[in-house]
Amino acid sequence: MREKILTFIEKNSRIAIKELAIFLGVSEVAVMNELEAMEAEHIICGYHTLVNWEKTGIEKVTAMIEVRVTPQRGMGFDKVAERIYNYPEVNAVFLISGGFDLLVTLEGKTLRQVSQFVTDKLSTLDSVLSTKTNFILKKYKDHGTIIADAPKDERMSITP
Amino acid sequence: MRNPLSKEIVNIPPSGIRKFFDIVSEMKDAISLGVGEPDFDTPWHIRDEGIYSLEKGRTFYTSNAGLKDLKVEIARYLERKYSVSYDLDHEILVTVGGSEAIDIAMRAMLDPGDEVLIPQPSFVSYLPCAVLANGVPVVIELKAEDEFRLTAEALQAAITPRTKILVLPFPNNPTGAIMRRGDLEEIAKVVIEHDLYVISDEIYAELTYGEEPHVSVASLPGMWERTVLINGFSKAYAMTGWRLGYACGPKVILEQMLKIHQFAIMCAPTTSQYAAVEALKNGDADIERMREEYDARRRYLLHRFREMGISCFEPYGAFYMFPCIKKFGMTSEEFAEKLLECEKVAVVPGTAFGAGGEGFVRVSYASSLSDLKKAAEHIERFIANLAQ
Repeated sequence: MREKILTFIEKNSRIAIKELAIFLGVSEVAVMNELEAMEAEHIICGYHTLVNWEKTGIEKVTAMIEVRVTPQRGMGFDKVAERIYNYPEVNAVFLISGGFDLLVTLEGKTLRQVSQFVTDKLSTLDSVLSTKTNFILKKYKDHGTIIADAPKDERMSITP
Repeated sequence: MRNPLSKEIVNIPPSGIRKFFDIVSEMKDAISLGVGEPDFDTPWHIRDEGIYSLEKGRTFYTSNAGLKDLKVEIARYLERKYSVSYDLDHEILVTVGGSEAIDIAMRAMLDPGDEVLIPQPSFVSYLPCAVLANGVPVVIELKAEDEFRLTAEALQAAITPRTKILVLPFPNNPTGAIMRRGDLEEIAKVVIEHDLYVISDEIYAELTYGEEPHVSVASLPGMWERTVLINGFSKAYAMTGWRLGYACGPKVILEQMLKIHQFAIMCAPTTSQYAAVEALKNGDADIERMREEYDARRRYLLHRFREMGISCFEPYGAFYMFPCIKKFGMTSEEFAEKLLECEKVAVVPGTAFGAGGEGFVRVSYASSLSDLKKAAEHIERFIANLAQ
């Protein structure tokens, strides 16, 4: 049941517990218990909204920064990652295999704000060897959701 | 000028669904629960194979019976899912949708005057196809109290010395009824006793809900040799527009079907056949994803109908509900027209699927949950107003 609940709320976290219970053919209490348990176990880490900021007219800049670091003795990458993810302007930090070590996603109001963070905060960390900042120009799909307007239903209205 | 038309064709009434379609299509912003096809797009990897085949210039005819690779995959699929085996070379025919398979199966098997038993309510094509093949259609009315399953008694009662074919349309459009193994075993006994043949239209086989998976009648002892099994890609893989289905059965029947197909159609569309190979090879997860989505909608809609006090048996197949609207004192057609007029929700009158559909409407849940919710609210308001 957990997997089914997660599949549903991953797509729509606002789904009512009552409805979720109907969809899955189980009791509301059962759904509620599972949700609470998964929140406690930190399987469910949050309920977020996918916003297409572009449509609001509010300026936002998102950058994905490739960071090469020297891992620290005894702690590997975790300590460096922590120093980075504690900044509130950092959206996401991933440890990556391949040509660099950490992928840092950063959101700012302007290009300047983002580059300032990189030069002032990120590059100056002792263990950071180099950074490469990639600005996002357009989002096509995010969190499994296509950003473009939903296509119209083009099926004929009545078919046998 | 002479009358250009065949009397026989003129005498076949047009599909009952047509008239209703004309009314609905004139209405803007109606929510339609009248659609008999999935609301999903064909999964991308399947579309991609179709596109790739075009890029590679695979724009030729295939052999009449279909691409060998596709027949291999169909045989594997039927074995894997329903434990029925067919020989690639003589027992599988790829058709232009399940519809063509229904048509040519009847043509291949019927002599003038042979009777075809057609349980109704059911898909609109069986009856005219039987007539076009010079057969005599005999309707068996399925009953709500049997959850629209075919019973051995009803079958027995309809058999005459001229009966040759039984059409088995399960999982059923428009009722959503299914036949469990036990139900089919009862039917099989009668079929074998009276030496009948079965055309089993299993196009909705993958859309079966609940614990027990779909059972093909061809897998029952003694039934393989008297069954033409029809299936296709439209419903399971959301591939209606690709027009691709197949028929499987004993060589003696299939080779005659192939002959008709050869002369009338030549071969099923090549692009669709390449896409279908991919569907069968790598499409199981897609089926599961769509099936679960339908299942959630099915539970939701059933719950809502029951909340509204509309009686509806729980359908375990296809993507239709068949609620009873008798208590509102209207015919199915009146109910559907009024609902459309007052609340802009389109459902299909049960009578479009046979006279026995009177008192019922077909509600398709191949629509997004948000549309279903909106439609349910409208239906609720509609019947509340009727009660006043």
